[in-house]
Amino acid sequence: MSEQSDILPTRQSMGGIADQLTGIPLHFPADRRWLIAMTVASALLMLLMVSVVELFTRGVGIWGINIPVNWAFAIHNYVWWLGIGHAGTLISALLLLTGSEWRNSLNRFAETMTLFAVVCAGIYPILHLGRPWYVYWMFPYPATMGVWPQFRSPLEWDIWAVLTYLTVSLAFWYTGLIPDLAAARDRATRRGWQIFFGITALGWRGSARHWQRWQQTYRLTAGLAVPLVVSVHSEVSLLFAAGQIPGWHSTIFPPYFVLGAAFSGFAVVSIIAVSLRSWFGLQNLVTDDHLDLLGKVLLATGLMTGYGYVFEVFDAVYSGEAHEMQTLIDRFAGAYAWTYWGAVILNFIPLQALWWRAVRRTGWMLLLISASVVVGMWLERYMILVTSLYRDFLVSSWSHFTPSFWDWSTYFGTIGLFLVPFLIAIRLVPVISIFESKELLHKEKEEQQHG
Amino acid sequence: MAEKLYGVLAEFKSPEHLLAATRKAREAGYRNLDAFTPFPVEGLDRILHFPRPTISFIGLGGAIAGAGTALAMQFFINYDYPLNVGGRPIYPISAFAVVTFELTILFSALAMLFAMLWQNGLPRLSYPVFNGERFHRASKDRFFLCVGADDAKFDAGETLAFLRGAGALSVELVPE
Repeated sequence: MSEQSDILPTRQSMGGIADQLTGIPLHFPADRRWLIAMTVASALLMLLMVSVVELFTRGVGIWGINIPVNWAFAIHNYVWWLGIGHAGTLISALLLLTGSEWRNSLNRFAETMTLFAVVCAGIYPILHLGRPWYVYWMFPYPATMGVWPQFRSPLEWDIWAVLTYLTVSLAFWYTGLIPDLAAARDRATRRGWQIFFGITALGWRGSARHWQRWQQTYRLTAGLAVPLVVSVHSEVSLLFAAGQIPGWHSTIFPPYFVLGAAFSGFAVVSIIAVSLRSWFGLQNLVTDDHLDLLGKVLLATGLMTGYGYVFEVFDAVYSGEAHEMQTLIDRFAGAYAWTYWGAVILNFIPLQALWWRAVRRTGWMLLLISASVVVGMWLERYMILVTSLYRDFLVSSWSHFTPSFWDWSTYFGTIGLFLVPFLIAIRLVPVISIFESKELLHKEKEEQQHG
Repeated sequence: MAEKLYGVLAEFKSPEHLLAATRKAREAGYRNLDAFTPFPVEGLDRILHFPRPTISFIGLGGAIAGAGTALAMQFFINYDYPLNVGGRPIYPISAFAVVTFELTILFSALAMLFAMLWQNGLPRLSYPVFNGERFHRASKDRFFLCVGADDAKFDAGETLAFLRGAGALSVELVPE
């Protein structure tokens, strides 16, 4: 495919790419906008800190949760954040293995996004514990009372899955980063930067022997990361599917969750791609062709998620079980129908515009559609949690869930927890993989010469 | 250059020039060769006759260790403190699968990362080739070939001339 082989404009030089991309951390070009973004992000992070202090002081009662809706914002946002994170690994690892070289302009910031999204997800179950200082009870340590964690419970699997995911994502991210840190080290002129990149690059010198081992490590880690993503989000779905709650207890859940995760994550990748490229003038590396491909991936994962919606309905109807049917009707027409229809409309209606090539190639349109998907997926998680729980098996224990101020403040706070380290990261490390872009550029120039 | 030499560093414009020069150097009988490039250059390891990397076996070892650790941990814990939940089996492999899978991947990935760093001798912040005057471009857009001074065929003057003849943009001696 000629379109794919020439995704980077060939009228640029390797040296130019290296100078441009190392220049972002070394001579930061957008100070004012960065400061404004950082101010907003820090304000949100402070909101999170206040919310967490309040939570730890007064307990989970400050949230809107009750019995039967004892899982709400905490688990809802946990799933949402974790899902966003998964696209970073998929784009980076899966597309590396399939040799889709267009990923080379996107993988670095997508992986960075993954890291911080997983952190945001990871804090939620701890906040939800009620007594978060006992979180170490989840680990198998020789307790004086002789008890051990329950390894047959999805809640126990969760902590292993998320911690593994965070660690492996970090290892993968750093492995890919080492050669670029070395490139930045060799371009740095100020003492502080030389020391920072000098140490973090670990003395990488680009030796052919090193590249050989590095390449094997990188590819194999990618090969491990792909099933890891699938396992982690499947495991998250088992938190639901392993419970006998109508609307949760279904075998469609693992694929439905994994695809929904990829869908929301690709939406966030698109948002970041469009923003960063206009922010730092990276149109030569994140081209319209990249946006086109992102749009296609978004459309494809969106339609697959749509299949999940259809099958979920089918599953309930096919079971014919009274409580399942009740939950289905509650979703369509109950007190929380707005979350169901909100999710359907925001996820799938604007998405259809991506069938048009012109829309996919226009940054702001892709951005708006992606934003709609992010909100839609947020509503979907809300819907899955609350509509299944608020009407219990017994009418006597029916109840309602209304998020409190502290629910919202914690949630918006985690956006700060995501943005602050992300903004710091784009200031400290190259946001686009330098050596992989050069490799691709070289390959394209070769093909042009010989073909 | 009274001090001991590490070798000769030759700079090339493109991977193709580097590959051609490396092939020539092998044919001329040089054995202690290494190349420094801004990105992995395909085919270089074959020309240089590098042994196949062993990272994959270490990764496999890590995976087996991870799976073993996870299974042993879960079996032991359920043996040491059996929880009878509605008569469900105490040792269900299906319920142990998730943690076993996660630890398999965790151990494997970390083993490969650390093995890669260990075998590459990293972190090592200082290395003789960094003394090369133009070596900073090895991370930018130039491709370097280094002939080690302890090569049997090495002779400073002769090797310099040879590499210049092989199409190098610049050649220089690198002190130890």
